[in-house]
Amino acid sequence: MVNLKINGQDVSVPEGYTILDAAREVGINIPTLCYLKDINQIGACRMCLVEVKGARALQAACVYPVAEGIEVFTNSEKARNARRTTLELILSNHERKCLTCIRNRNCELQSLAEELGVDNIRFEGENTKYEIDDESTSLVRDNNKCILCRRCIAACDNQGISIISCVNRGFSTEVAASFGKSMAEVGCIYCGQCIVSCPVGALYEKNDIPKVQRAIDDPEKHVVVQTAPAVRAALGEEFGLPMGTPVTGKMVAALRRLGFDKVFDTDTAADVTIMEEGTEFIQRFTNQGKLPLITSCSPGWVKYCEHYYPEFIDNLSTAKSPMEIFGAIIKSYYAEKSGIDKDNIYSVAIMPCTSKKFEAARPEHSSSGSQDIDASLTTRELARMIKQAGINFAELPDEEFDQPFGIATGAGVIFGTTGGVMEAAIRTVYEILEKKPLENVNIKEVRGLEGIKEATLKIAGKDVKIAVAHGTKNASILLEKVKAGEHYDFIEIMACPGGCINGGGQPIVDSKTRAKVNFKDERAKALYSEDEASTIRKSHENPYVQALYKEYFGEPCSHKAHELLHTHYTKRPKY
Amino acid sequence: MEKKTMPAFKGTKEQEEQLKEVIESHKGQEGAAIPVLHKAQDIYGYLPIEVQTMIAEGLNVPLAEIYGIVTFYTQFSLYPKGQHQISVCLGTACYVKGSGDILEKIKERLGIDVGECTPDGRFSIDATRCIGACGLAPVLTVNDDVYGRLTVDDVDDIFKKYE
Repeated sequence: MVNLKINGQDVSVPEGYTILDAAREVGINIPTLCYLKDINQIGACRMCLVEVKGARALQAACVYPVAEGIEVFTNSEKARNARRTTLELILSNHERKCLTCIRNRNCELQSLAEELGVDNIRFEGENTKYEIDDESTSLVRDNNKCILCRRCIAACDNQGISIISCVNRGFSTEVAASFGKSMAEVGCIYCGQCIVSCPVGALYEKNDIPKVQRAIDDPEKHVVVQTAPAVRAALGEEFGLPMGTPVTGKMVAALRRLGFDKVFDTDTAADVTIMEEGTEFIQRFTNQGKLPLITSCSPGWVKYCEHYYPEFIDNLSTAKSPMEIFGAIIKSYYAEKSGIDKDNIYSVAIMPCTSKKFEAARPEHSSSGSQDIDASLTTRELARMIKQAGINFAELPDEEFDQPFGIATGAGVIFGTTGGVMEAAIRTVYEILEKKPLENVNIKEVRGLEGIKEATLKIAGKDVKIAVAHGTKNASILLEKVKAGEHYDFIEIMACPGGCINGGGQPIVDSKTRAKVNFKDERAKALYSEDEASTIRKSHENPYVQALYKEYFGEPCSHKAHELLHTHYTKRPKY
Repeated sequence: MEKKTMPAFKGTKEQEEQLKEVIESHKGQEGAAIPVLHKAQDIYGYLPIEVQTMIAEGLNVPLAEIYGIVTFYTQFSLYPKGQHQISVCLGTACYVKGSGDILEKIKERLGIDVGECTPDGRFSIDATRCIGACGLAPVLTVNDDVYGRLTVDDVDDIFKKYE
């Protein structure tokens, strides 16, 4: 342990702590801006300056390691003045349109200005003007709001993608892709980790609310909505509910009040995905097909594979993601069964994801004749719609999903967290191959936040080697192992660290909260608790899924299933 | 987004071989990007996307990082030098005598910015520090030709000699 004094208070912390860690440990708040725990710790913004007795200059608390006997003053006049001047300088070149900013009241810069009592900006200098990049299907970058904290660059590096950096120098510095290209022209996978890392309004999702609202307002349209599992695990945070509160019932109630004609659960489609993907795995496993089979539910991962590991395209499961499977079913089976003209159906998906917007727009996802999914909204966009409609979310009653797609299994729910798809698939694959019930459905080997999880399972007398990676950097490490000759049978990959619960479309967790709680764990718990509480926990036991195959598809991977529920992939350039 | 026109890349097989050798000799070294970029600029005269991509791929460094370095240091150029390299002196003496206005006029005439080259590859503009000809201020050079005591009106006459 290292002993030091902060503001006269004796503090004892483990070696390796920074002054910031030590101060937070004893409840002393030091303001930060560029700091994002485990992702960006570079001491760039100078908001965390503190006085260290004997040191010549003020020191950045977020990178200054504690040492025995040092005396730190976090609130001296010198430190306060320096921080305030720094903040004023940052604000002087920030487009201060807070009232109309997407991050109004959810902005770390705004909060700091309040905390530090900035009542005047003394520096009215030149202001840089940037063109907004909104060319992609998913992300918008507005550098007029950017404060050059580099958190997005670090988040992109953390994904092993690194398509943005600081370009130019001095006052002309901006965060951008190379050669002035739009995010739509570089190998961006639209995972949105940059968005959830941004402290201000410089990065946000493409706004698809207006087109959804238009469809709802159109009396001719039958507007159907589906919600992904991870959405219910985080939506409550937007309305002040504690992190990790599952809000499934209230979310369904809110969607009905917003005017959606039918509210369905993507989890049901996740069960269909398991039927298709599980069957595909069994076929490849027993007939010496291409292995490892790699899951394809995460559109960020799929795009990553297309850009950076095209040699693995044939390993990707051809089964569509749950969202797209549902999209195809809604405009075919559901339209026929309910006697609604499919051209009058408007199909909306609420996703924890920004990359889903790209997936929805893929031209190959139009097996019903038109785009299977008409709009994909993020969890944040849904929260905005609920707020704009004047719905008091916290006081809504719990309501049930609509039938015939309202019942999902616990297997479908855990799709939203890393390891969930693998666990769901194993529950089904095991029973099909073993022809007997799986006693313990909790497959602990694939749970948790370790970057790469591996296990060898004994199924029907054979070893099945599985691996789970989350975050594309971990995916890359795992794929390199495969290329080096390591054998795996079945791999799950999710683009976002932690899986969909930490998707780029999820509520933004500010830097201070991230340092205190493991939000990925909290959100994952919400999903595992729903799985535990489910009466049916295996996809193939879902009665609606069974009926769907009996009435419509015949069996998994049938000709009709291939037409509607499977897809193909395209090699894309790295640069 | 704004896209600037660029002269087409005319790299030769020999240049590519040379660059590959340079990359190979620096592979795996920490901080290899800057020395490799210097040598690449010696080989090609400038650092277009084609060259930067080869370096990024060869050193296994993200292209965005390479581009970040190139745009940070003024020694690195994204544009080739023109057949006629115009350098306008922005040293103190020339500047107070109006070389800034002359530079503006040239930029306007060619439709390019400082450091850039016209798409036909004929003219490029640089802004230099004092070239030691203060007695002739304001001064510009086109390749090795020196033009002094200029006014904005002289610019068109100078261009006539090179068109």
